[in-house]
Amino acid sequence: MDIHEYQAKELLSGYGVKIAEGGLAYSPEDAVQRAREIGGHIWAVKAQIHSGARGKAGGIKICKTHDEVEAAASHLLGKRLVTHQTGPAGKVCSRLYVEAGTEIAKELYFCFLVDRSSERIVMVGSAQGGMDIEELAVTQPDAIKKIYIEPAVGLQDYQAREMAFALGLDAEILSHAVKTIKGCYKALRALDVSMLEINPLVVTRSGELLALDAKMGFDDNALFRQQKISELRDKTQEDPREMAAADRGLSYVGLDGDIGCMINGAGLAMATMDMIKLAGGEPANFLDVGGGASAERTEKAFRLVLADQNVKAMLVNIFAGINRCDWIAEGVVQAVRKIDMKVPLIVRLSGTNVAEGQRIIAESGLPIITADTLAEAAELAVQARNAVVAQAAAQEI
Amino acid sequence: MAIFINETTRIIVQGITGKIGSFHAEDMLKYGSKVVGGVTPGKGGQTHLGLPVFNTVKEAVQATGADASIVFVPPAFAADSIMEAADAGIRYCVSITDGIPTQDMMTVKNFLRRFPIDQRMILTGPNCAGTISPGRSMLGIMPGHIYLPGHVGIVGRSGTLGYEAADQLKRLGIGVSTSVGIGGDPINGSSHRDVLEQFAQDPETHVVLMIGEIGGPQEVEAGLFAKENRGKPVVAYIAGLTAPEGRRMGHAGAIISSAGESAAEKVAMLKDLGVTICPTPAAMGATVAQVLAKL
Repeated sequence: MDIHEYQAKELLSGYGVKIAEGGLAYSPEDAVQRAREIGGHIWAVKAQIHSGARGKAGGIKICKTHDEVEAAASHLLGKRLVTHQTGPAGKVCSRLYVEAGTEIAKELYFCFLVDRSSERIVMVGSAQGGMDIEELAVTQPDAIKKIYIEPAVGLQDYQAREMAFALGLDAEILSHAVKTIKGCYKALRALDVSMLEINPLVVTRSGELLALDAKMGFDDNALFRQQKISELRDKTQEDPREMAAADRGLSYVGLDGDIGCMINGAGLAMATMDMIKLAGGEPANFLDVGGGASAERTEKAFRLVLADQNVKAMLVNIFAGINRCDWIAEGVVQAVRKIDMKVPLIVRLSGTNVAEGQRIIAESGLPIITADTLAEAAELAVQARNAVVAQAAAQEI
Repeated sequence: MAIFINETTRIIVQGITGKIGSFHAEDMLKYGSKVVGGVTPGKGGQTHLGLPVFNTVKEAVQATGADASIVFVPPAFAADSIMEAADAGIRYCVSITDGIPTQDMMTVKNFLRRFPIDQRMILTGPNCAGTISPGRSMLGIMPGHIYLPGHVGIVGRSGTLGYEAADQLKRLGIGVSTSVGIGGDPINGSSHRDVLEQFAQDPETHVVLMIGEIGGPQEVEAGLFAKENRGKPVVAYIAGLTAPEGRRMGHAGAIISSAGESAAEKVAMLKDLGVTICPTPAAMGATVAQVLAKL
């Protein structure tokens, strides 16, 4: 789960990380009011969306008057911002963070993340902040410092110092740098953070170390013990269909294609989508219905897939392990009867009680296309989709 | 032989009195696995499915001589149960539990590394379907009947995609020595490489089928091992050709987050390392058959 910049900053400041003075705004009037409260002569008006690279997308405006703040706020609120992290649909900005302008002497990069190879938390920093760290990792790998943390004892002071020196920080702010770094680590451990990035971490002209931006991602598996973090969820930043699916215990990811999918198990789902692509089609979604695909769950999954107007054919691929093909077949038949299905349906069942499942589908009298193997299922789905498209084209003529 | 489990493996079920633990314990017994008891704290002294229930893993090991365990404990308590098993002298543990926090798994891995190698418990999972040595023992939740006994080792993250592979092999009359699910989480007990190392030492395993997916470094690490230890061919399929960057595909580990983690990149790297790639997920069985025919 991701949170907004202002939420991350609020959390981190509770752990001793210094941030610029700022406030949240939901309207241009709010924004001007925040600028007045902050005082000074320069402000940053920042779009709060769950994405990095907001600056490049025009989501951050530097303003020198209250009128400029108001104009920037009017421009950004309600705007759909597209960055390389949001996908082509972008994300709508409905909150702004107004922050005191900072005179920057030095921009640094700093983050903590879970490293899958070493199975440890790794601290990553670079004296060359502000820029794309992934690009830097490729072009100048030596400019990036990585320090691995022993989980049993946690981050040590000497490691924080080592990072501070690698970041090129002066001795005068060393103790504050150590406090900042250790504060971030404490937050990470206490709040089940999976990723914490401060880009840029800046040294101001007055010699302070400040988190100018902050991004935090949390381990979904740990949210059960992070009630306060769960409350920070902003549902407007998430795909409504994915949210609806999650609420029903289904795992759904919308994609750009037009063959709807319902599959049990994440790996088999990915493999089936691959097979559709190899057969010349494009999947409309990833949908894992999980182990216990009951009739009720099946119907919910069908409704979810078919809510996507792009879907021109639907493929169901279930490998019954714990459950049985006959139960699944009954669920599918029930769902098709209940829902007014307008697109062709291809069903492939495998595993426990497969013959019985196939019989139920055959005897239902419904126009369900059945397949025996994974390859056949994908080919039939692509054929059915192509037939629908051809028919629609013929009707237009 | 086979790896991890065979007909002599003595199994306890952690969380045996729960609904899921109980259901699968019964299924494992039906398959012929030697389940000798269960653990549910506070229910020690009771009998469940005709088996003794213990308060602690230590007591269970002392009383039954168990050397393997399977964990069905809810995610909030699973890490603790795994560490309890390791401390009680269990040699091999499968964790089925889905949804264990990543930091808990870091603690578990760190805890396990403290034991000298000869006393260290091997963990596979969490968030997996378990392990089966067909015809001998099943320590998991898979449908046992889809696996024929034989000489192909299977290692994969996904449950149902592993079933698909076993089913394809069965249709071709090809059997399996052991099939191991390593689970879909970012930090897991054993990696693809760890399991490959075990298969390398098993004379009954002639070919290994590795079923990988997008995200993480493990498939390529396993490929490097396969290259260093030529002798046993490795066949691989990597799921997630159509997965977009930055989107999590169901498994917590299945997200392309850095260079080299997409399916296409992994396939290219594995090919370079001499691994035979299945062109499609429907060709896992056929590709293994071709490689077996050349032996």
